[in-house]
Amino acid sequence: MLTMTGLCALVAVAVLFFILGYLVYHGGTSISWNFFTKLPAPVGETGGGMANAIVGSAKLLLLACLLGVPIGFFGAIYLAEFSGGTIAFVVRYAADLLNGVPSIVIGIFAYSLVVLPFKHFSTLAGGFALGLMMIPITLRSTEEFLRAVPRALREGAMALGASQWKTIASVVVPAAYRGILTAILLAFARVAGETAPLLFTAFGNRFWSPGWDQPTASLPVMIFTYAIAPYDDWHRQAWAAGLVLLGLILIINIIARVILSRGVAVPRT
Amino acid sequence: MASVRSAVSVKITPPVSVPTSREAQAPLVMRMTVAKVNFYYGPKQVLFDINLNVATNKVTSLIGPSGCGKSTLLRTLNRMHETVRSSRLEGEILIDNQNILAQDVTALRRRVGMVFQRPNPFPKSIFDNVAYGLRINGVKGSIHDAVEKSLRHAALWDEVKDQLHKSAYELSGGQQQRLCIARALAVEPEVLLLDEPCSALDPISTAKIEELLVQLKDLCTIVIVTHNMQQAARVSDFTAFLLMGQLIEFSPTPQLFTTPTDARTEAYITGRFG
Repeated sequence: MLTMTGLCALVAVAVLFFILGYLVYHGGTSISWNFFTKLPAPVGETGGGMANAIVGSAKLLLLACLLGVPIGFFGAIYLAEFSGGTIAFVVRYAADLLNGVPSIVIGIFAYSLVVLPFKHFSTLAGGFALGLMMIPITLRSTEEFLRAVPRALREGAMALGASQWKTIASVVVPAAYRGILTAILLAFARVAGETAPLLFTAFGNRFWSPGWDQPTASLPVMIFTYAIAPYDDWHRQAWAAGLVLLGLILIINIIARVILSRGVAVPRT
Repeated sequence: MASVRSAVSVKITPPVSVPTSREAQAPLVMRMTVAKVNFYYGPKQVLFDINLNVATNKVTSLIGPSGCGKSTLLRTLNRMHETVRSSRLEGEILIDNQNILAQDVTALRRRVGMVFQRPNPFPKSIFDNVAYGLRINGVKGSIHDAVEKSLRHAALWDEVKDQLHKSAYELSGGQQQRLCIARALAVEPEVLLLDEPCSALDPISTAKIEELLVQLKDLCTIVIVTHNMQQAARVSDFTAFLLMGQLIEFSPTPQLFTTPTDARTEAYITGRFG
């Protein structure tokens, strides 16, 4: 039994290292200065880079954060501090369901809500789709961290004459901020690699995106397009893009861990 | 501390239940009065027809077995019971002859401070903990001086004066509790409520806090809940004994511990139950 459980644990870890090794093996050679600074080369030529996709992903993720973080954060404050009973149950349940909605469905939703009225694909539509996905993740984990703040701290503030809002702003959120920041980073890392919601919202672009209301390239969609193309050079670049994306997510995860583990934690009583 | 605080204390002719201390020749001035209070959590009644007077600049202790309602009674004095949604209070609680239920709760809690069972410093520096009440109340003037004064009153200044900007969590449990006392004192409350402040502390820290309470009497009126009868005997001027939500006996402390009038009080203080 011990052997079997140990083996399963080993497989779980091995998958990550296998993927990482595979990416490095196939994509490592294509990562160069050009990869980060050049536009994609015209079809048929080798070389070029993915600068536009990297910037595109950054813009999409910025939009996603602008939408997902405030809604998730303030919604979580409502859930953790003000609501009780039925409303909280409904909101929580809805958030969990939204979290489970396939990302492609989120993509279709953003398509019909943003792309169709504007009559073209855009960075805004892509950011909207990713932002929707960030809401439930941020909401639920922020709520958990807010709830973990001991009641004694809230009472301490209220006993000094602080209103409920003042208590939340000056004691509860500061006590939970490390956890909340981690939650936001993890939600960010989660949507950074999403492809399906971008396919028919941000679409793709082989050049610099001319504006927020125009289609843009992004790393995940670039990986998708390059991987199904018939050119060996494109395949190598797709691997390289995968490596960059995974590296980014890994770094965010590590930062989140460091934030969470540093400083003195609020004792749970 | 710019606001003018009412210095008016109303003299009340003590009703029958009010102890008349033999030592204190001058008539007692009552800071707070609890009159015919019934208290409920949802359908469950936890306090029954409580009448109690809290004398100014004295220590009043509430004793009784676990679940007798002594903490609940304490929490009604600054309306902390309102943080529990299903709670309901009937009757009157007066401070300086004004009904606290009709007052602004923020202003009331500034006048009636509270220290809790477990030390609950905020995840901030020592300085910011003490300054918290001043800042949220928008106190003008030197916050630093006020912080130093409060820490001195709480007998903590000498231990922390060189580390005011360290996290409050680096202090020991006893120091944290004195920090919480300093935090409560910073807004210059007229009444300080303490809910079993030593129950999580070692004997040495407990002794320090008890010593402190006796000194703080000159500064404010103190109400302390304790399940430690020796503590009540050591620090308080008046003691109220509660049992199953009822106030059984309320007398000057020496009288309650030497010549209790109620058989149940005697049974409790001689250790037959509780």
